[in-house]
Amino acid sequence: MNAYKEENATPLEYQTEENQMTIVGFWIFLAAEMALFGTLFATYAVLFGRTAEAPPPAELFTAGTTLIMTLLLLTSSFTSGIAIHEMRRGAQKGMMTWLIITLVLGLSFLGFEIYEFYHYATLGATLTSSAYWSAFFVLAGTHGVHVTFGIGWLILLLIQLKQRGITQVTSRKIFVLGLYWHFLDVIWIFIFTGVYLIGMVI
Amino acid sequence: MRHRMRHLNKWAIFGLIGLILLLSGCSELTVMDPKGPVAESQRDLILYALIFMLGIVAVVFSLFIFMVVKYRDKPNRKAEYKPELHGNKAIETIWTIVPVMIVTALSIPTISTLFDLEEPPASSNDQDPLVIHATTADWKWFFSYPEQDIETVNYLHIPTDRAIEFRLSSADSMTALWIPALGGQKYNMAGMENILYLQADETGVYQGRNSNFNGEGFAEQTFKVHAESSSDFQDWVASTQNSAPELTQEKYDSLLEPGLTDTMAFSSTHLEWVDHGTKDGMTYSIERHREAFNEQLHLKNGKDHEHGPSGKEGEQ
Amino acid sequence: MSLDELLVTGEPLIYAGMVSIVLVTGAIIFLLTYFKKWKWLWREWLTTVDHKKIGIMYILSALAMLFRAGTDALMIRTQLAFPDMNFLNAQHYDEIFTTHGTIMIFFMAMPFLIGLMNIVVPLQIGARDFAFPYLNALSFWSFFFGAMLFNISFVIGGAPDAGWTSYTPLAGDIMSEGPGQNFYLLALQLSGIGTLATGINLMVTILKMRAPGMTLFKMPIFTWSTLITMFIIVFAFPILTVALALMTIDRIFGSHFFTLAGEGLPMMWANLFWMWGHPEVYIVILPAFGIFSEVIATFARKRLFGYSVMVWSIILIAGLSFLVWVHHFFTMGAGAFVNSVFSVTTMAIAIPTGVKIFNWLATLYKSRIRTTTAMMWALAFIPSFTIGGITGVMLGMAAADYQFHNSYFLIAHFHYVLIAGTVFGCFAGLVYWYPKMFGHKLNERIGKWSFWLFVIGFHITFLPQYFLGLDGMPRRVFHIVPEWFNLNVLSTIGAFGMGLGFAVFVYNIYYSYRYSPREQNGDPWDGRTLEWATPTPVPEYNFAVVPNVTSHDAYWDMKAKGETGYDESKVEPIHMPNSTGQPFVMSAIMFFASFALVFEWIWLAVAGLIAVLVTMGMRSFDYNEGHHISADEIKRTERSARGL
Repeated sequence: MNAYKEENATPLEYQTEENQMTIVGFWIFLAAEMALFGTLFATYAVLFGRTAEAPPPAELFTAGTTLIMTLLLLTSSFTSGIAIHEMRRGAQKGMMTWLIITLVLGLSFLGFEIYEFYHYATLGATLTSSAYWSAFFVLAGTHGVHVTFGIGWLILLLIQLKQRGITQVTSRKIFVLGLYWHFLDVIWIFIFTGVYLIGMVI
Repeated sequence: MRHRMRHLNKWAIFGLIGLILLLSGCSELTVMDPKGPVAESQRDLILYALIFMLGIVAVVFSLFIFMVVKYRDKPNRKAEYKPELHGNKAIETIWTIVPVMIVTALSIPTISTLFDLEEPPASSNDQDPLVIHATTADWKWFFSYPEQDIETVNYLHIPTDRAIEFRLSSADSMTALWIPALGGQKYNMAGMENILYLQADETGVYQGRNSNFNGEGFAEQTFKVHAESSSDFQDWVASTQNSAPELTQEKYDSLLEPGLTDTMAFSSTHLEWVDHGTKDGMTYSIERHREAFNEQLHLKNGKDHEHGPSGKEGEQ
Repeated sequence: MSLDELLVTGEPLIYAGMVSIVLVTGAIIFLLTYFKKWKWLWREWLTTVDHKKIGIMYILSALAMLFRAGTDALMIRTQLAFPDMNFLNAQHYDEIFTTHGTIMIFFMAMPFLIGLMNIVVPLQIGARDFAFPYLNALSFWSFFFGAMLFNISFVIGGAPDAGWTSYTPLAGDIMSEGPGQNFYLLALQLSGIGTLATGINLMVTILKMRAPGMTLFKMPIFTWSTLITMFIIVFAFPILTVALALMTIDRIFGSHFFTLAGEGLPMMWANLFWMWGHPEVYIVILPAFGIFSEVIATFARKRLFGYSVMVWSIILIAGLSFLVWVHHFFTMGAGAFVNSVFSVTTMAIAIPTGVKIFNWLATLYKSRIRTTTAMMWALAFIPSFTIGGITGVMLGMAAADYQFHNSYFLIAHFHYVLIAGTVFGCFAGLVYWYPKMFGHKLNERIGKWSFWLFVIGFHITFLPQYFLGLDGMPRRVFHIVPEWFNLNVLSTIGAFGMGLGFAVFVYNIYYSYRYSPREQNGDPWDGRTLEWATPTPVPEYNFAVVPNVTSHDAYWDMKAKGETGYDESKVEPIHMPNSTGQPFVMSAIMFFASFALVFEWIWLAVAGLIAVLVTMGMRSFDYNEGHHISADEIKRTERSARGL
């Protein structure tokens, strides 16, 4: 009886030692990712203003699109949180529904980002335009690539959930993906404020 | 015991002789034999540090020899053996505090010298420094004297007892101006300007070079520094102004092309149309010679190999 | 692209290299086929996830790389022996010193140490394997293929020639066109992925898999140094990843991070490179410190002096290592204030390092020193590293550094710390743990020959270089002038002494394999830490029964109490991961994708990238849960190994 109680107290994804190690390992991986994005932000900051002949960011950045993108990604972070909550309840169907909503939100974010990059390119700002635009596209692009990767990962996990249901392994995988997804959201907040808002003002 | 003492004495004498040889040898080394106030302040700093360093070496080496000789495991060894000994607050505090004190003692003159080096040497502050733009292009040196309106390639004339304000920049790769007899180096970079003050107190010919690796011709990117009295320098300036040709933009552009050239002199400077130390001058050379950067020099060493630029200086 | 452009032509030395590569490869293929070892190679090595075997593969690769980069070094020294030497032309010389530096740091020092960590750390903490054995195999193979990618550059496409620091704009696409620099970027990127993964893997292993009772401050000191090193890796390597990626994008896709055009900032590369590069110095020195601590305590037969101070100084050094990067370019003109700050932080590192030196000396005090080969390497480290350390402090004095920078004074300094620290440490560690790895000791007599040759050669090589630096000899020049002749020829003689020492070391491996007596128990040195509690050869599962730990000299205490750590009544089935060929295949695909990108065959590279993603996806669907070793089998293994 006692064991059963304990099992109930610990979430499914934390129950095996292997799972615990994976989760700790993933946290450390996120620390490394933090260093990676930190370096990209530093690069961006150093190259700020070095636009050469290309248009400065203030001419191109618009509040509208970026605000929509921010809302999409923030909401997707929230929905992925609800999915984890459903998972803890053992409700596979609810969980998958919320994960699919997360997926759709992520895809729309990506769609906006691609449109945005394309739009800037038509206005004369591409990766090769100047040091500033190189830094911008690589910083935002790296985040975008991470989102793309997360979407692919989520699709694979949805298939596995369908096949296997909520087990110790699948729940750990979803939990780790959830951490990743929240992390991307945090990075986006920094991009939104540090790149877009400041870029619009200066 | 006595035997061991004698043994140690022998080592001490060897060490002492070695040290004397070392220090006497040092005075012949370019950096340790300064010809101007900047190099002198750096030499003094190095010697000051060296005293501490030799002290540390003496302490560590003696302790090391003592431990290894005394506590080596051998038959009928008499030294004490305490396998559980693992700490001693007092001695640990000492060997933490002493390094802190040494670092402090080294930091103070380092910092004051650093700030001094940002200014022209005090010994010549009765006159303004002579401004020379030192610009590199793969793999040569351009020295422009804006006040005198002359420019030399791959050699340098300076007056003694007057500070020289070098304005360093590069037309392409990152390089560094280093004249060890006169003082330490700084980088030349495209699109920005570094200022380096040097001064010669003795007349003579010194070696200068690019010390920062920048490709195939790097080893040959050297120049001679002719330090001469003020009047000799004025004579040289006057004769260069009179006899050297004007530097045309066309000529300059062709000189920028990566490669090695002999020494040259001109009676005008390239600063009239481009300053590589500004953002605008950053791409001047690569716009013109983009393809040429990939042509190999096939530079070989050998018996007939010339070290650095050749030619009677000032001639073309 | 014609064959002429693909292969490097026109250099007799490179033709010789090609011939020897073909001959060696041919010989390996022939031997494997002749002795029918292909299957053995695949099953036992290429697909293994066992940390001990992976460690051995790391060390073997590192020794091969030491040979390659050491040959480069001898070529450099030959060219610099006489003023009119024409052994290497300028271009070839540039390539040689670039590959020498890059290989020594990335493909020799780090894998050697990581190899030792692989073998030792799980054994020291009483673990059965790494936290993520599959990831560990992937780390090794990505390092291995990265090293291969870098090494083929000198016959295919051309070797990089912008120095191991690859400063821009020199290393950019205008001044270094072609595949050479791309090889550098992608090979480092590929192996860097593996290093970062190892960083995470070992951190989790140490944090989560220690034997019961082993609190953080009861860990062996080598494990401590590993943990801190991995911490540095996790925070420093992403910086290198970004820097390499940015330069790759600059060169292949035309962005303007480090270019002269487009208002790029070439000096930002130097900043990013050294923000990783200085921590990197400590990545290769801290584990060596750990090895010396273990070796000295064991062969002095005495507890390590000031254990917790040793740990805290490692932590302090690691922290400071991120705050000193500017000292690599004091001469960039950042101004007196900035240089002052970085001068002080740099010199501050000498404080914890000095404390460590005194702690090692104090460990010898009232000890009983056995001068085995491993101990000799550790002892030689103390005075040699002291010279390297104090000259490091002198270089840290920015005003004086204006004279030392880019000169042979600097070359002498970093060889004094990297060889006396890292290389002596690797050799000490290899000799010390050799019986645990291979079941026999290395011959002591031959070992001492290699030791004396190498150490004396080392001092003869590098001590004169301090004076050459003070005489104005800059690094990376491909010929000397007559004034620098005497000291240079001395230096060259020393270098060949070191080469001979290494040759004797390698010969010793062969000799000992043939003639050394096999180990009868698992504890040949009367060791102090848990790795010596395992039988030799170490069984696949390491510990039949995970021991309880009460101090940082866990095995020493067990022996004092007359325990062996093995209790047959406590044996239970052990869960082990299965071997898998996926890491090998995945890294091989990454190798081909990187190779395509080196030559800017974009679509081939994209295809390779997709293939990598597909294998990752397949891995996600792979629910391979490993296997169990039965209790009976464990008992049988232990009985025969322990002679019960």
